[in-house]
Amino acid sequence: MSSFKIPIGPQHPALKEAENFTFTLDGELVVGAEARIGYMHRGIEKLMETKNYIQNIPLVERICGICNVAHTLCYCQNVEYLYGKEIPRRAEYIRVIIEELNRIHSHLLWMGIAAHEIGFDTLFMYIWRDREVVMDLIELLTGNRVSTASNTIGGVRRDIDGEKESRLRKGMGLLKKRTKYYKEVSAKEPSLLARLEGVGILTPKECVELCAVGPTARASGVKVDVRADDPYAAHDEVPFNVITYDTCDLLGRFLVRADETVESINMVEYCLDHMPKGPIRIRLPNTPPIGESVSRVEAPRGEDIHYVKSNGTDKPERYKVRAPTLGNLAALVTMLATRGSYEVYVADLPIILAGIDPCMCCMDRSAKFIELRKGREWVWTWNQLKQYAKKQVEIQGRRS
Amino acid sequence: MGLINWARRTSPWLLHLNTGGCNGCDIEVVAALTPRYDVERFGCLLKGSPRHADILVVTGAITRQIENRLKRIYEQMPEPKFAVAVGNCCVSGGVFRGAYNVRHGLDTVIPVDAYVYGCPPKPEAIIKAIAALQEKIRSLEKPVEQEVKVGG
Repeated sequence: MSSFKIPIGPQHPALKEAENFTFTLDGELVVGAEARIGYMHRGIEKLMETKNYIQNIPLVERICGICNVAHTLCYCQNVEYLYGKEIPRRAEYIRVIIEELNRIHSHLLWMGIAAHEIGFDTLFMYIWRDREVVMDLIELLTGNRVSTASNTIGGVRRDIDGEKESRLRKGMGLLKKRTKYYKEVSAKEPSLLARLEGVGILTPKECVELCAVGPTARASGVKVDVRADDPYAAHDEVPFNVITYDTCDLLGRFLVRADETVESINMVEYCLDHMPKGPIRIRLPNTPPIGESVSRVEAPRGEDIHYVKSNGTDKPERYKVRAPTLGNLAALVTMLATRGSYEVYVADLPIILAGIDPCMCCMDRSAKFIELRKGREWVWTWNQLKQYAKKQVEIQGRRS
Repeated sequence: MGLINWARRTSPWLLHLNTGGCNGCDIEVVAALTPRYDVERFGCLLKGSPRHADILVVTGAITRQIENRLKRIYEQMPEPKFAVAVGNCCVSGGVFRGAYNVRHGLDTVIPVDAYVYGCPPKPEAIIKAIAALQEKIRSLEKPVEQEVKVGG
């Protein structure tokens, strides 16, 4: 039994993140997958105990740069629960608008990356071009393209006035048209269907057992969405449809995100129409009362849970974050392995990994393969894996 | 050397490495490559291997887990090599300064040629840093050490 490894650098240009996977192969078939996490550990929870509640807002925002609004919203809500105070209704509407804009940008980003992972770079460039529309709107409303710093304890920091509103409406109209077009195209486009349909299967039973969250669960027909199940901010008034698909595969995950983008655009438009007048922020004392609280928010990737324990000082005694990707990791490891009649091939690994929209920073990005029959081991970078996938798909295409 | 430097200046290949950041800078680096900003105008190409790269674009706070990886990647790059620190976390540790698992800036680990401030910096700032580095490559034959600083 000879074994060898080819160690090559761990980095990759696109946006796939921070776990190390070990795949066990039987020929072309992936029979086992293991995940190793922790490369991006920065010690945020411990650091939060050394800062006061206001200083922690920018820190929480940087748990994840892509879904930063979900994290700040969850944090601010959580601290407000400690005070037991309601915030002004207008602030709650503005929170929903910013949150949904963040979701639109995140979903478009994922759709582009998914296209990139299957080698369809034209679609990637098109989607990212249109994504700049929503980035401009976020910059217009909050002053920064990515980190919005909009939510604060007791409300929001910036109001939406007349001119911003009209530009927001115009941008939303354009994005709705483009997103519908992408959905229409991707539901018919043969190259997308060939790579996505029937790949990365997660049955509803597995989904519930492994506690998958967000679009991953909704694509398996499980109707779970914190915005509908446990409404926060203005979600109790803003109507929307929980999008589910029962295809249980990657195509479902693509279409769920496309449809949710349209839903989010509708929600932003509804909020603009029905936003009450009034103040956008209340002032709260620096020190919340002793107690503990839990807050849940539907981040673009799924359910985000924050827990805080206050000991009567201006710093939290304990803060705990459970980001959605952790909830999806067990489901991901299951999706990556052959089971029963459902077979996973090496060529499908990049897109299945990308399928849950993993949001963990700084991944090892190389995969270790163990071939069962020969007892051979080797290490591949993400790029090599993708090139291999492209080659295999071409060969299969020629055969059929 | 003149011809090689000319070629190097007009086609610097980039290697993007996330060393533990929040993804904010990463999506801005990727945005710089997409149609609106299109950094390929300057001859830049994003590469997957350090052995092909001239410029190492580092984003994010440097975690202890990634530190040795980062050194190895930098060592694998061919000379002359340049490193760009993108974002406050990478420049100085930023908001994570003081955390037990985070190093205080990229320059505590490898030599840095350009700093791009901002959290995250706009794609324009990243492009400006790369353009400034091209100028630095132009003056490579002169043994003058220059440091480039770009506001976010």
